[in-house]
Amino acid sequence: MTVELDFWVVIKEWPLLLTGVAWTLGLTFVSACVGTLSGLGLAWVRLQNWQMPSRIIHIYVELIRNTPFIVQLFFIFFGLPQLGFRLSAETSSVLAMVINLSAYSTEIIRSGVEATAPGQIQAGRSLGFSEFQVFKHVILPPALFRVWPALVAQIIIVMLGSAVCGQISTEELSYSANLIQSRNFRAFEAFIVAAAIYLSLAIVMRWCLNRLGKNLIFKGLSQNG
Amino acid sequence: MVEFAFWDIFRNLLLATRWTLVLSLIALTGGAALAFILLVLRLVNYKSTNLLISVYVEIFQGTPLLMQLFLFYFGLALLGVETSVWWSAAAALIFYTAAYLTEIWTGCVRSVPKGQWFAAQSLGLDFTQQLKWIIFPQVYRLGVAPTVGFLVQVIKATALTSVIGFIELTKAATMISNVTFKPFLVYSCVALIYFVICSPLSWLAKRLELRLAQV
Repeated sequence: MTVELDFWVVIKEWPLLLTGVAWTLGLTFVSACVGTLSGLGLAWVRLQNWQMPSRIIHIYVELIRNTPFIVQLFFIFFGLPQLGFRLSAETSSVLAMVINLSAYSTEIIRSGVEATAPGQIQAGRSLGFSEFQVFKHVILPPALFRVWPALVAQIIIVMLGSAVCGQISTEELSYSANLIQSRNFRAFEAFIVAAAIYLSLAIVMRWCLNRLGKNLIFKGLSQNG
Repeated sequence: MVEFAFWDIFRNLLLATRWTLVLSLIALTGGAALAFILLVLRLVNYKSTNLLISVYVEIFQGTPLLMQLFLFYFGLALLGVETSVWWSAAAALIFYTAAYLTEIWTGCVRSVPKGQWFAAQSLGLDFTQQLKWIIFPQVYRLGVAPTVGFLVQVIKATALTSVIGFIELTKAATMISNVTFKPFLVYSCVALIYFVICSPLSWLAKRLELRLAQV
């Protein structure tokens, strides 16, 4: 038997696909910014050797890293309303992505920070830096440089993971693909097109973030530091 | 209205956990077998096969698993294969797992010192013997920790098969919470079950990694 593929009927719906891409990128952008920053903060707290907060953060990180993203999302969207927190699909998606990413970024950044040679910290202290200054100027720049590739990979994983958010009716790319296939029954073509778009987004994002890391952040940091 | 006891909910979730575990096992064994073949093909070092393998890895690592599941679900049907969710879920997860494992193990092979290859060649071992006696024992030692770590990833990935209707832990949770109107309780239990399965593996992976670093 022959299989007839008709991609045109999918491409014809490009405004829908474009909306989907915009949502996917928007969700990823917000969660990447917030997730990385909060990961930075949490990693800092963990390094202060404060017993209680460290332990709580450790539990949070382990809980998130050992449960599937889709369960976290459903917990927020379906579970929390029972406690009186009713969130929209979009808010739930962003929240789930931020909570997910910051657990991973905490761990990634911490592993980079822990690789700092103790002598460097002592040198910073002996120059009269405060603990925070030591963290900001001595520990963080090389640590971020070390873990930047891992962080980029994680951000891309979160971007790809956001495909699940369509299941709670956030109008991102996979939701568009689903909507298109429900209109013209060209399921295979619709998902091929969506997958191709995801693939190009992943490739472009990786390239941009790697460049951003090389040119912007680390140049700036090394000048400040 | 029927009241559901906590134990009823939890027991049904535990029953569904079986299928999460079975599917993870299928994905891991199938994925490992495929990854092993691809790894050997890569080491044989033909330009064209290497390119194909790299493209395969890039595609499966660069697209959401959800899209892969949908594509296998609808694509197999398009080819005239009688599809069941079992087949499409298993196939998608095997290809997904294999892509990652190929990449992980290739990294392990690369970190075996070049001299080991030369030494093996100078002993007059042929390619199969080099792999079997010299390279793979070392790759095995290096690869155990990241492979166990990736197993956690696979178990979490099986949760996505609920979307195409495969009844495992997450799908069971959706069904049960629709019946009982207790989504908070149900999803808490589900998260707990995943945590109980995954965290010992994460811990083990970390331990293995630390032990490797000490040697």
